[in-house]
Amino acid sequence: MNTNQICRAVMVLALSTSLTAVAEEKAVTDSERIEQYREMISDGNPAEFDEMRGEELWKTPGGPKNASLEKCDLGKGKGVVKGAYAEMPRYFKDTKKVQDLESRLLTCMTTLQGIPEEQITAKPFASTNKESDISSLTTYVVGQSKGMKMKVSTKHPKVKEAYEIGKRIFNYRAGPYDFACSTCHATSGVRIRMQDLPNMRSSKKDAQTAYTGWPAYRVSQGLTRSFQWRLNDCFRQQRFPEPKYASEATIALTTFLAVNANGAEYVGPGLKR
Amino acid sequence: MNTKSMIGFAVSLSLAMVAVPSQAGDSGKDLDAKTAKIVKRDFRDKGIAKATRVNQDELQAACSKYVDKLPKKLKAKLEAKEAEAIQWPADGKFMGDWKAGEKLAQSGKGMTWSDKEEDPRGGNCYNCHQLSATEIAYGTIGPSLLHFGKERGYGEDIQRYAYARIYNAKAGNACANMPRFGHMGILTEAQMKDLVALLLDPESPVNK
Repeated sequence: MNTNQICRAVMVLALSTSLTAVAEEKAVTDSERIEQYREMISDGNPAEFDEMRGEELWKTPGGPKNASLEKCDLGKGKGVVKGAYAEMPRYFKDTKKVQDLESRLLTCMTTLQGIPEEQITAKPFASTNKESDISSLTTYVVGQSKGMKMKVSTKHPKVKEAYEIGKRIFNYRAGPYDFACSTCHATSGVRIRMQDLPNMRSSKKDAQTAYTGWPAYRVSQGLTRSFQWRLNDCFRQQRFPEPKYASEATIALTTFLAVNANGAEYVGPGLKR
Repeated sequence: MNTKSMIGFAVSLSLAMVAVPSQAGDSGKDLDAKTAKIVKRDFRDKGIAKATRVNQDELQAACSKYVDKLPKKLKAKLEAKEAEAIQWPADGKFMGDWKAGEKLAQSGKGMTWSDKEEDPRGGNCYNCHQLSATEIAYGTIGPSLLHFGKERGYGEDIQRYAYARIYNAKAGNACANMPRFGHMGILTEAQMKDLVALLLDPESPVNK
């Protein structure tokens, strides 16, 4: 067992103990208990291990071109990681596209390191058996915006357009259940079972809290999850087909959610149930 | 309460939701078209969830375009169309087994890409509604259904209303959040009857 695995085992044990306690004390809700648990371990989020792995990957030469990612431009100049995430998604002149962090990392990994795109997008999310480089890189980069204010500019017309398209995807009802993101995330103070749901359409505060807590270490899964993963799993539960990784649809939706979170302090990588 | 006033009540409840501006408009049309193109291109088959699921039917398209606030005429037209398509039980009976209904209500499984076609599907009821008083882990997206029969009576009118509501909630309110369990083939007729019984059997824990 490496440190990471030991840490996961301890966390899962701690949470399952606290959840058993919840079943016995009906007065304390799950969300309150999870909040307590978050405070309890707030000086040590296991996502830090993933941040360290990501930093190593960023700085170590790799791929067919044996290059590091230190020349990767995340929007604030080549190699500037500090504060980059708080301003993403943004428009990039070289690709002529609005990109979120993960699609931008994809660009850097393919162009600078020469890794074939399909090799990265085939399995972009970590699993219990296999870590994901692009996911760890994401964790590293977002950690470098911790404590900064979200400041995604909509000045560029392409970003403005992405925001508008993202808003439409948020409200796009389809599939056998007729669900859209808005089915669960457009009313304040509601929950699914015991899980509180943020109102990301009309509550600024909810939109900010929800967005700035991702990416996050998911205790129930023992893995650090990226924002693309978050959207992917929402669509799964919406009974939609799978959104392609780093596709324009996911970037547009991310733009809508990120802009709505503007002004809030970025606090990730977060910690979730 | 008769069937009509029940539907009216449900409609006014959902109309009380936050008003948001329609996405329709001059530049809106372009963006709507662009969005449709992007969505059709950027989703793919996974497991049982085929890419074609993003293709909207008339009702889904209208509710998306108007952000769930339809013009009156369109709303009435769509609701009538949905109501007309309800297939009533051939034997004229609406009540099944409330115990089976409670099990169904508890399960939120089915039809995601991580489910299999043959996996039993749940009713997802507790995800959004309070039902039996003993189940405290209930969602609040939909109204509480605790004491559903106790408060409304157990007659055939209300049974018929409940069946219709489960079969196709959109027949009463075009852009309701609730899935169309019968219309979309999510649940079988027998399963929907079990859910009606959960709501309207005097012995059901919902009415205790």
